[in-house]
Amino acid sequence: MREDQEEEIVCRCEDVSLKELLEAIDRGYTTLDQLKRYLRIGMGHCQGRTCLRLAAGVLARKLGKRVNEIEWPTVRPPILPVEISKLAEVDERDKR
Amino acid sequence: MNVIKDRVEVAIIGGGISGVALAYELSKRGVEVAVFEKNFLGSGSTGRCGGGIRQQFSTEENIRLAMESVKIFERMKEELGWDIEYYQGGYLILAHTEEEVKQFEKNVRLQRSLGLDVQWLERDEINDIVPELDVEGIGAIAATYCPTDGHAYPPKAVWAYADKARELGAHIYEFTEVKGIIVENGRASGVITERGETRSRFVVNAAGAWSPIVAEMAGVKLPNKPYRHEIMITEPLSHFLDPMVISFHDNVYFRQTMRGGIIGGWGDPEEKPGFNFASSLKFITTMARLLRKYIPALKPVRVLRQWAGLYDVTPDAKPILGPVKEVEGFLQMNGYSGHGFMVAPMCAVLLAQYITGEPLSIPLEPFSVERFEKEVRGEVSVVG
Repeated sequence: MREDQEEEIVCRCEDVSLKELLEAIDRGYTTLDQLKRYLRIGMGHCQGRTCLRLAAGVLARKLGKRVNEIEWPTVRPPILPVEISKLAEVDERDKR
Repeated sequence: MNVIKDRVEVAIIGGGISGVALAYELSKRGVEVAVFEKNFLGSGSTGRCGGGIRQQFSTEENIRLAMESVKIFERMKEELGWDIEYYQGGYLILAHTEEEVKQFEKNVRLQRSLGLDVQWLERDEINDIVPELDVEGIGAIAATYCPTDGHAYPPKAVWAYADKARELGAHIYEFTEVKGIIVENGRASGVITERGETRSRFVVNAAGAWSPIVAEMAGVKLPNKPYRHEIMITEPLSHFLDPMVISFHDNVYFRQTMRGGIIGGWGDPEEKPGFNFASSLKFITTMARLLRKYIPALKPVRVLRQWAGLYDVTPDAKPILGPVKEVEGFLQMNGYSGHGFMVAPMCAVLLAQYITGEPLSIPLEPFSVERFEKEVRGEVSVVG
């Protein structure tokens, strides 16, 4: 990997570079769940839509695995960020 | 995959804050340990918790454990070499009823007698601590505030302990599930894992909500029950909230992380015991209504995620620490009942002292599982 490529941003919400991701994997954080907690990738507004897929690819290459062998963190609701005022008005019995 | 050690002094089951803190305290004392974690470190309850660190409890045992733990948190950055985002922004505990006021007065007397600096706030003084709080709207009539309470980022505390323990020679095996405990002549003498056996002089059950299942492997019954506890976090905001805010009346707590998000939980009084990790609409809508009521300015703030973890609850909300009479060398380090992260550092010191035969800083008897054979007086200051 070229040096300028390592400065590329993997996670825009939490401002994490490819270099930081590679270093974290080298330090032994070798699952997406651990990388999420260590680097905060997937914890931002995009809910991991952008960064986790990129991270999964990088991780797979590093570990010599296929991308579909990389375990995905649990998807957390709400699927998109929702205002507190809107959630407060949802009737919890409404199960549609 | 590397083969696990066939012999150590102490085998620790569970790689949450308790297991790794004990691994560090023992390694520091020259004792060879192995930690067995079925998933990754902190994947159980530690990594899911709110990260609060408080000393304002209602029983002497919990207050002392918490006060000693705070001393350890205060020097953790230096001692372990990790910034765990420890922040002493205090805890503001709200009273809504006269009954609570009476209980809090009693708590404060006890806390002060043990040397804790805790302040009593009348209704009109609460906004001095959190100006954004709608004191009238939530019906708070008084509060207690301890400025040395605070919070940290739990996963980093786990890694901090684990890294230092490894550096001192501890063996930490992630993704290695313990399937059985070897008991010979009434003595725990090792563990059977999916990657082989490890013999040891002591076996420590630090498996959090899974502790009763682990104890069963040695034929020991524990009274702990797992209860789901849900929690959520908002998008990051500029720093405005110093303390953790708690109300036992509304069963709610929230704080601001160093990244800026508001993290908070609400305990459903109707929650049934069980290994349930589901996220519920009931929780997130109730939590949103509570946040809107407590701090109306949070209305337009967006919720990013909700998740759940398990409280490992004992009948008196105090941990179970130390030996059991049925199996020699089988030590308990569990039952924290929702406040394990904050007291684990001191519990690790106590168990390390017990194992190495050093004098104990705090007696272990009040934490013995045998206390449940008689009637117990429980911790009342809990968000259950």
